[in-house]
Amino acid sequence: MPVRVQREDFDVGAEIGALTRGATDVGAVASFVGLVRDTNDGSGVSEMTLEHYPGMTERALEEIVAQARGRWRVAELLVIHRYGRLLPGERIVLVVVTGAHRGEAFAACEFVMDYLKTRAPFWKKETTAAGSRWVEAREADDEAAARWDAQRPGG
Amino acid sequence: MSIRILYFAGLRERLGAAGEDFALSPGLDTVGALRRRLCERGGAWEALAEGRSLRMAVNQRMADAGAALRDGDEVAFFPPVTGG
Repeated sequence: MPVRVQREDFDVGAEIGALTRGATDVGAVASFVGLVRDTNDGSGVSEMTLEHYPGMTERALEEIVAQARGRWRVAELLVIHRYGRLLPGERIVLVVVTGAHRGEAFAACEFVMDYLKTRAPFWKKETTAAGSRWVEAREADDEAAARWDAQRPGG
Repeated sequence: MSIRILYFAGLRERLGAAGEDFALSPGLDTVGALRRRLCERGGAWEALAEGRSLRMAVNQRMADAGAALRDGDEVAFFPPVTGG
């Protein structure tokens, strides 16, 4: 499955190993790992809870993966996103893209993250010394996603 | 004619409801009309007022206010997403 939404942690090395085993036509693996930070907007964060919309989350991620495949020639594309309670330093999300060359793998990986940030139904709630608060969406994330709309597929 | 409505994250907390079954009345045939009707409940439901930054989905796909509603649809309202 190219998309997994799960409570459990994942093993980055094992996932990349599984995607590349025996794939002698693959010359590039690009990956992104998102982690929980212990500070946000000037406050210390002691823990985070990720809520999601079961069903739509998987569907939205699969659609993003399909769009990436339509834009770039990639061999394998994997997205794992966790939900539930997470502590600073824990892994949240993994994107792995394999392909013949690095350019398309890098671009597809960044595209998937930018679209995921604005289209996949996840919400972060962080706990600080002042209590818990829902993380506000950032305009910079919308801008990061929008720049792909202006580019031609394959660009 | 009835639909299932779901609320998520900060909106779910503010409304004190994760979801509800809702009977569609004649003329109430778009997501935007549904949003206005829910907002008319007043109080916490004014969180659904136009101009509040909310996203909407019909049958688990992002939708805009003009999206049509049909019997059995699953409609969701939620704040802008913050995953990743």
